[in-house]
Amino acid sequence: MSPRAKTRLEPAKTNPDFIRNFCIIAHIDHGKSTLADRMLQLTGVVDDRSMRAQYLDRMDIERERGITIKSQAVRMPWELDGQTYALNMIDTPGHVDFTYEVSRSLAACEGAVLLVDAAQGIEAQTLANLYLAMENDLQIIPVLNKIDLPAAQPEKYAEELANLIGGDPADCLRVSGKTGIGVDALLDKIIRTVPHPVGDPNAPARAMIFDSVYDSYRGVVTYVRMIDGHLAPREKIQMMSTRAVHEALEIGVSSPEPEPTKGLGVGEVGYLITGVKDVRQSKVGDTVTTVAKPATEALKGYSEPLPMVFSGIYPIDGSDYPNLREALDKLKLSDAALVYEPETSVALGFGFRCGFLGLLHLEIVTERLEREFGLDLIATAPSVVYEVTMDTGTEITVTNPSEFPTGKVKKVLEPMVKATILAPKDYVGVIMELCQGRRGVMIDMQYLGEDRVQLRYTLPLAEIVFDFFDQLKSKTQGYASLDYEEDGLAEGDLVKVDILLQGDQVDAFSAIVHKDKAYAYGVLMTGKLRELIPRQQFEVPIQAAIGARIIARESIRAMRKDVLAKCYGGDISRKRKLLEKQKEGKKRMKMVGRVEVPQEAFIAALSTGDEKKGDKKK
Amino acid sequence: MSTFHGYVHVPFCKVRCGYCDFNTYTATELQGYPQTAFISNLQVEIELAKQSVGDRELQTIFFGGGTPTLLPANELAEALELLQRNFGIADGAEITTEANPDTVDESYLKTLKSAGFNRLSFGMQSAVPEVLATLERTHNPAGVAENVAIAKRLEFQTSVDLIYGAPGETMEQWQESVHAALAMQTDHISAYALIVEPATKLARQIASGEKPQPDEDLQADKYEWLDYTLAEAGFEWYELSNWSRELGTASRHNMAYWQGMDWWGFGPGAHSHVAGRRWSNVKHPTTYAKHLSEGQIPSIDGELLSVIEQQEERAMLELRLKAGLQLDVVKSLNESHAKAVSELVADGLIDGRQALQGRAVLTLQGRLLADFVLRKLLGL
Repeated sequence: MSPRAKTRLEPAKTNPDFIRNFCIIAHIDHGKSTLADRMLQLTGVVDDRSMRAQYLDRMDIERERGITIKSQAVRMPWELDGQTYALNMIDTPGHVDFTYEVSRSLAACEGAVLLVDAAQGIEAQTLANLYLAMENDLQIIPVLNKIDLPAAQPEKYAEELANLIGGDPADCLRVSGKTGIGVDALLDKIIRTVPHPVGDPNAPARAMIFDSVYDSYRGVVTYVRMIDGHLAPREKIQMMSTRAVHEALEIGVSSPEPEPTKGLGVGEVGYLITGVKDVRQSKVGDTVTTVAKPATEALKGYSEPLPMVFSGIYPIDGSDYPNLREALDKLKLSDAALVYEPETSVALGFGFRCGFLGLLHLEIVTERLEREFGLDLIATAPSVVYEVTMDTGTEITVTNPSEFPTGKVKKVLEPMVKATILAPKDYVGVIMELCQGRRGVMIDMQYLGEDRVQLRYTLPLAEIVFDFFDQLKSKTQGYASLDYEEDGLAEGDLVKVDILLQGDQVDAFSAIVHKDKAYAYGVLMTGKLRELIPRQQFEVPIQAAIGARIIARESIRAMRKDVLAKCYGGDISRKRKLLEKQKEGKKRMKMVGRVEVPQEAFIAALSTGDEKKGDKKK
Repeated sequence: MSTFHGYVHVPFCKVRCGYCDFNTYTATELQGYPQTAFISNLQVEIELAKQSVGDRELQTIFFGGGTPTLLPANELAEALELLQRNFGIADGAEITTEANPDTVDESYLKTLKSAGFNRLSFGMQSAVPEVLATLERTHNPAGVAENVAIAKRLEFQTSVDLIYGAPGETMEQWQESVHAALAMQTDHISAYALIVEPATKLARQIASGEKPQPDEDLQADKYEWLDYTLAEAGFEWYELSNWSRELGTASRHNMAYWQGMDWWGFGPGAHSHVAGRRWSNVKHPTTYAKHLSEGQIPSIDGELLSVIEQQEERAMLELRLKAGLQLDVVKSLNESHAKAVSELVADGLIDGRQALQGRAVLTLQGRLLADFVLRKLLGL
């Protein structure tokens, strides 16, 4: 068993032979953060007193949801056979929305701890990240976590892991991040099996940015992995993609609090601060070099994050629009993948069309806007990007259903994904049914072990952005896991369905759907709205239409009575107070033509899930 | 100039009806307050009111409740006498009491008549036993016609109150009640849609599913049928829920409320409106008596209305009247009044010709949507 290292290796001067860079690949609640916590404690970089759960997760949302959104790197000392080593643990985001960030984190490592819950086995997301790790030639260390749980089945899942990555089930380490069992052995094993970094110390400096976060005090903090050469404070550095030049005001390592150093050498992992205020100046995947001795070739693998899912975000109170703009501007500083532009909706007023990497990203952004900036928001149903070609040959990119052209459409291309679903074999039937219902085409089906199956499907992204994951979870009692990757564009038989209230189109409810599903969407929305919109003093027809063709209709019967029968002595004050209350209620109404629609109706109509079976309106 | 009016609230009932949330108490709920103390308490309040209001003659007086006729007839006569002595009652004043058909008879009514009462408002509610049972009214429906006949013979002006839309009441049952009321040939009919007030027994019964929710559409049908039928029988509406045979038999006392006149409400829980100030008395008779014994006007909830509030109230009340609301009132409250008025005319909720004359007068459909019309006029 290894003791804590008595001395630490000095950053900037560490021999790459004694550096180990690794990451942890794990499914959302398989205990990655808890394991990381134990490592921090065991190596002594965080003392027991200042330890808190999920130490590395910085945002409240991360800690609450138990997921990591932004990665971070920590340098930890560890001694083995009398030699002190520097271990750099690079925390990776655990969600499909952030695959690109994951791939950059992996590229900064030589080894990966494959962490699997000993009671649950491997999940689809882990599989996807494992695949990425193997593509990057990382040394994989299989580890079963939570072996202290009564439901743990380490034998079974060791077998499963051995089948996946090869090797002997006995080589699979067993740990408990909660109790700390086996964590020291894991640190030893990392040193023994993960290759040390290799680079040319005399070559021009090349460092890969694997993360970039915004800190309100220090500006953008850029996390890098040195490949070749050396970076030092006060040097002029250059971002190779943008050619932008900055001064490295501070260079350091995290252990886990930031510690300024004299620089970073080959194989080291640390941070740079340049005083820049916008994370877009410091893009994940980009290569950093120096102005004095610039590298000629950037590191491979850089790409711009592309938004996959779009949603209109509107303040519930129209006067919050400037605040929303300001909040987005601030959020953008720390979230390079967030894109937005102003948009106007007849029904919802002024807002922004926002692009996200995926659904979780959307959810996190709206939650942060509401929580950190105190805004009340409505988000329209998420949509994807369509490439529409008209008969005239004109090509139009549609990110908002209301932009879908009205003329003769020749073809519509929609984004596809390759989805991997892992689940116990008993659920194969329901999963297939769900995927087929979502226009999925099966690629293959494989047994991972005796009772676990991997299904792969090609699906239109649009079919999974709404409630696919919720449906999958509920149909499989939560056992199925999902991962997906982009899979290009495919032609789809798609139409735009509009919803009209008293003949006026409600842009927020327009949707682009497959022709076969247009009717169902129309019936669903008109039905929902009939329940949600209060009766008006005139009849309100609600229609769903494709172009000029009505495909579904409902109507809200006119309200015939809205009067208090009595108005005598005591009723007078009561009635006046009631009027004042109604004045307040009125503020939460939006006018569509002459129809008053409560905000709640928009929110409820746009939200996923089953419609509540409330009181039927007569 | 505001005229002055008196209301006397008699907060006693034999039983509490399931729909009622008025300030009234059964014998057990009085917690030891003796009904016999009522007149002497009233006397103190009348004297305090006199000190506060000064010399103002009463133009109308109305006894309501509760059940004013639970008091012996001579006590009601005495109350009237107290008002006469302190304020004076104008010649030809309208003096009304609500009457429960089960609590009065010929000699009772004769006593009232000779004391100066000249108008009786009978709480008929319905002529259908099932509906009365739903409302938990205990009176015998046949007693109403009998008492109305006696009252007419004694030359009282007469009115009956009806309630429509009780849970389960059918259109046919409603029609039966209206026909029964018409057969009595009263001068005046009031008809109120049942309002399910929160925290009443009826509200609980509806919440638990024991009784059905009143059907608003059916209530609207009933109102439309009623208005048509009463018009055929020679009645004309003068307020949303009130119809009269001729202009002279409209309730002058109630009109005073709706025209923003001054009135003092005497008795526990009674509301007053004097010189732009509204207040109400404390509710329980025991507390009421205690305040009075200390020489205080037993008021709570006083509020002095701002000019805007006064205008809003005026709009709220006058819109409900046949004469309608002067649109000038709306102009000062709502910038986009012209658009509102034109839309209301277009939707057939207010009369177009009257609007051109500067008044908002509700159409039949508009009466049923009066609160909507009001909000629209006020730009709310």
